[in-house]
Amino acid sequence: MSRIGPTSPIVLLIGLIILVAMAMAGLAGTEFALSRYLANAIGQLAAFAVLAISLDLIWGYLGILSLGHGLFFALGGYLMAMYLLKHSFEITATVPDFLQFMGWKDFPFYWAGFEFFPYALAVAVVVTLLVSGIFGYVSFRSRVGGVYFAIITQALVYVAMLLMFRNDTGFGGNNGMTGFTVLFGWPMGTSGMITALAVASLLVLAWVLLGCRWLVGSRFGALMLATRDDETRLRTMGYETLRLKLIVWCLSALIAMLAGMLYVPQVGIINPRVLSPELSLEIAVWVAIGGRGHLVGAVIGALLVNAVKFWLSSAAPEIWPFILSGLIVLVVLVFPNGLMDIAKFKFVRPMGAKRLAADLGESRP
Amino acid sequence: MSLTALLVDGVTVRFGSFRALDDLSLAIDYGEVRAIIGPNGAGKTTLLDVISGITRPKQGRVLFDGATDLTEISEAAIARAGLRRKFQKPSVFKGLSVRRHIAIGADVGFRARLDAPALEDRIDEVLEIVGLADQAGRLAGELSHGQKQWLEIGMVLASDPKVLMLDEPVAGLTDEETERTAALVRALRRPDRAIVVVEHDMDFVERIADRVTVLHEGRTLFEGSMAHVRADAAVVDVYLGR
Repeated sequence: MSRIGPTSPIVLLIGLIILVAMAMAGLAGTEFALSRYLANAIGQLAAFAVLAISLDLIWGYLGILSLGHGLFFALGGYLMAMYLLKHSFEITATVPDFLQFMGWKDFPFYWAGFEFFPYALAVAVVVTLLVSGIFGYVSFRSRVGGVYFAIITQALVYVAMLLMFRNDTGFGGNNGMTGFTVLFGWPMGTSGMITALAVASLLVLAWVLLGCRWLVGSRFGALMLATRDDETRLRTMGYETLRLKLIVWCLSALIAMLAGMLYVPQVGIINPRVLSPELSLEIAVWVAIGGRGHLVGAVIGALLVNAVKFWLSSAAPEIWPFILSGLIVLVVLVFPNGLMDIAKFKFVRPMGAKRLAADLGESRP
Repeated sequence: MSLTALLVDGVTVRFGSFRALDDLSLAIDYGEVRAIIGPNGAGKTTLLDVISGITRPKQGRVLFDGATDLTEISEAAIARAGLRRKFQKPSVFKGLSVRRHIAIGADVGFRARLDAPALEDRIDEVLEIVGLADQAGRLAGELSHGQKQWLEIGMVLASDPKVLMLDEPVAGLTDEETERTAALVRALRRPDRAIVVVEHDMDFVERIADRVTVLHEGRTLFEGSMAHVRADAAVVDVYLGR
């Protein structure tokens, strides 16, 4: 089960991602370098792909649908933005816009220490684990699942959005945070920085893919699938599925947080709209279109939908919602496993051969 | 080890105003195959639900090995104590291979405890017992109904349980498959194991059971051998029919 050949889709995808990252790094500064717009788009897409993987891990492999994963994405994004603003302030002494709007002279006390990236990262990890851990524990312990869980997660992200829209919280309010000028001591917005961020995002994507593939192929991964298929059955064989679900849920939240930390410096702004239910729903759409329960599918879904969105948002923004809804209808009616259904049509013969081998008792996972 | 594996002591389960189990008491010994029969709604599956921890009784307790009160520990802890149950509806993991199922049943924990060769041997042994050795690499979702029933039996058997509960193991099986299952259940009988079977198929019950408990409206109506059950006027009246 955990064996993967050199030509399996996931190996090819990881290879391709690393190749693109190396090419971008190698060509930077030469005349063959990608345009700033394209390099930036690739970096953002990579961050979205990481976000899609985080949802696929719990939805596709554990059967828990979250319609509030934007919360963890935003957590990473906001805390990254706090680091960027504080760090920029230290070097350039520019007071962030939102402090000026509020007429505040200084950062609120809880911004202390955010100029150190390791501190910001640690806070992001701890807060994400706390929020996901408490929410997950309470929900899973009460055996809340399925559609009820999905609705609660949606409510959670909505509540967070309302909170962040308030201007007096010290997190930017409805304008959010922007005006990041320095990252790790280097000026932002240069071609070099844009390329570096995109390459970093691609490498993180490759690493997350690899890690998740290892996890779902392991014994623990088999238990995740067992929980998805029949949780009561697994529990009555001696497994504490509450712990298993909690571990995967928190891990998924951490990956979504990581995606947010990669996304914000590339897009240059964070505001409460990241917490709107629309984004959280859209993540589920990426995964559904790509094929849930397949890591490659999640990545392809995220890339495809967002690439079309990037292109349409400049070409014809008004028709985007119709395209998106059309895709959802198509997936629900024709391809319940997303693009993986289409891929299967091609692979009918090898799959049939494999089944035959299993019938003959030749295959032993 | 005491002779009594399970002591159900004054258990009452209510669903609203309906008493699924009504102050029910019974004892099941090691070494026996006990069949629980009775009309629909008599409380057979509810009894298994209480023993396996899925349903918590309003009153009463269930003592395992004379010491552990099963109504106070979690489903997973009950299973780890050595009680396993096959559900009425074949419950398998459609996305996992047959081998994986047995591995999950044999070696409980997020990480493997048994070393690989020992686990592989155990899996082969169990697959041989339930007759699925030639299906080892298939996904459970592709199996026939009968094969799923046996896979689930194999899964719960793999851990070498002290108490084995089988909820309607031959429902929906062909005569030939029923025959095989009966032989399997008899073969699983051991002095240090209690087997509890809920079943409607009287011929099957006659073949496998050492003793039969007839439930009616959440209470024990009769307890004894199948021959006595067939002869009992009250049982014939409410369940077997004239």
